[in-house]
Amino acid sequence: MAFNYDEYLRLEKMPTLWCWGCGDGVILKAFIRAIDKLGIKKDDVCVVSGIGCSGRFSSYVDFNTVHTTHGRTVAYATGIKLANPDKYVVCVAGDGDALAIGGNHTIHGCRRNIDITMIVINNFIYGLTNSQTSPTTPRGYWSVTMKQGNIDPTFDGCELAIAAGASFVAREKVTEPKKLEKVFVKALQHKGFAYLDILSNCHINLGRKNKMASAMENLDWIDEITMPKKKYDALSDEEKVNILPTGILKEDTEAEEYCDMYGKLQEVYQGKRDKITPADFKKVI
Amino acid sequence: MAREVISSGNDLAAMAAVDAGCMFFGGYPITPSSEVMHTISDLLPKVGGTCIQMEDEIGGICAAIGAAMSGVRSMTATSGPGMSLKAENLGLAQMAEVPLVVVDVMRGGPSTGLPTRVSQGDVAQAKNPSHGDYKSITLCAGDLTECYTETVRAFNLADRFMQPVIVLLDETIGHMHGKAVLPDLEEVKAGIKPRKTFDGPVEEYRPYGVAQDEPAVLNPMFKGYRYHFTGLHHDAMGFPTEEIETCRKLIDRLFRKVDEHRDELEYNEEYKLDDADILLIGYGSASLAIKEAINRLRDEGIKAGMFRPITLWPSPEERLFELGQKFDKVLSVELNQGQYLEEIQRAMGRKDIQKLTKTNGRPFSPQDIIDKVKEVF
Repeated sequence: MAFNYDEYLRLEKMPTLWCWGCGDGVILKAFIRAIDKLGIKKDDVCVVSGIGCSGRFSSYVDFNTVHTTHGRTVAYATGIKLANPDKYVVCVAGDGDALAIGGNHTIHGCRRNIDITMIVINNFIYGLTNSQTSPTTPRGYWSVTMKQGNIDPTFDGCELAIAAGASFVAREKVTEPKKLEKVFVKALQHKGFAYLDILSNCHINLGRKNKMASAMENLDWIDEITMPKKKYDALSDEEKVNILPTGILKEDTEAEEYCDMYGKLQEVYQGKRDKITPADFKKVI
Repeated sequence: MAREVISSGNDLAAMAAVDAGCMFFGGYPITPSSEVMHTISDLLPKVGGTCIQMEDEIGGICAAIGAAMSGVRSMTATSGPGMSLKAENLGLAQMAEVPLVVVDVMRGGPSTGLPTRVSQGDVAQAKNPSHGDYKSITLCAGDLTECYTETVRAFNLADRFMQPVIVLLDETIGHMHGKAVLPDLEEVKAGIKPRKTFDGPVEEYRPYGVAQDEPAVLNPMFKGYRYHFTGLHHDAMGFPTEEIETCRKLIDRLFRKVDEHRDELEYNEEYKLDDADILLIGYGSASLAIKEAINRLRDEGIKAGMFRPITLWPSPEERLFELGQKFDKVLSVELNQGQYLEEIQRAMGRKDIQKLTKTNGRPFSPQDIIDKVKEVF
């Protein structure tokens, strides 16, 4: 039987304002299936989104939802999570949100390894606002702010997240919705910062000016520039250029999680009049 | 029983927050406010609360707003440059009606200015830190005791009006060490007025669907009442809308919820005004010098008195108008180029108000004020 999404959707908000053929809906549905599969109660989830097409994600799902300012999802989520460490806090950001205006919060969320699942909907462009260059726009591609072709080097969010200390880093794409669901399940189960680079299409504001004006052409392109990590690892350095590995790129289940550490700090502090001692501190980390 | 302590303004603001039930602090170090975070980072974990030093000023306020959205009393502290950075998210807290206390310990500006020196240069900014139309609530502590009591009041007002409340200290007050008499702790705790919540049937809950002079009723997260927070214009459930009448009513309500309850906000001190011929107006640390100047002037037979607004925004415009009618000789004393003077002129409907200003990073001495009074009156 087909999965019924109704329970998790704010049906009165349908249809979404995403364009016909947009991949964001595929991500939304896979996320809902993952929540359902894990049996997580709707009340125990907070979805925090930023600005852009991905920003509307939060208003469509029937969880506790927050639509923040541009780039600040992780910062808001950090406050929500620390005040409610037993709840699921999920960020949904765009590539501009996560890697341009909000890059600092992304880095430090990863560094703290706070238990937040960050879904970055990466469509390689500022889609909502008509095709300005994003940090992930491929070199040479047309954007409205770089009409001769983008000269900015392309940013790999996964590499950044790994280097910054996120304990779970993965990349999937909207052309493989089953894998999406699986990676969401794993990320939600993971204790620590999970950075998910989810490749989506924007045939309207990336595709039309870059020879992939239909959703199918844009999706084919996503398939062309990606490769499962195992195959990717076997490539030579030259062959790896312009190819993005998919699947789980990092999974560290031993890394200490920030709320856990802070909880221990609270324990040693309780009932103490003075500052904690070095011996106390050993109980924290 | 009232408590006597030796402390500093910044430490007292931190103590007050915890006594008022604050459970979250998100911040970023900035002179001259850093001691607020130094102190609260020790106090909060003891009571099961959380203090986090975020990666930047913006992160500090965003984390604090996030915690507040989820339902806990929350605070951040900063100084001028940090206020500028926090401005956009203060706007979101105004729009989404999230209660929050922001302590701004003022230093010289603009820009990096005089980081370790005093000013009252953020008074105009505190009225409208973010773009757009809304009504700020700003309190200003005038001595050590008020660093405590005004911070407590700020938490209760934030929950009453469901919006950020700014507490202005200045470098002099923030870093001043001395004796302060604090109210009884049980009294403070008994005076805590938490935000209103809705406990009726979920399907009848309309967080933003309230009377036109009332704030939103925002239940804590994770308790079964799911709704939406956004900085966009929104409807009764918090969802984005461009519907003309809903948009008009929302902004109208953000004004009216404050304007129509000014009596709950107004708080002033009047010092030796009854028999005075000369009216001095000042606030914050400047008021300490003003009081001393008044006492010395009175020793010489010059009858001066002071009006000190403690709630700066919204301003006590009716009382200012009355005083403007009563006093011919009015002198405004500020550690800026006259930011509040403009409001005094507006409220009094007068342009002939004398001003004493200072923007070199140094506090007023009583003699500065005595000399000015003798010069202009």
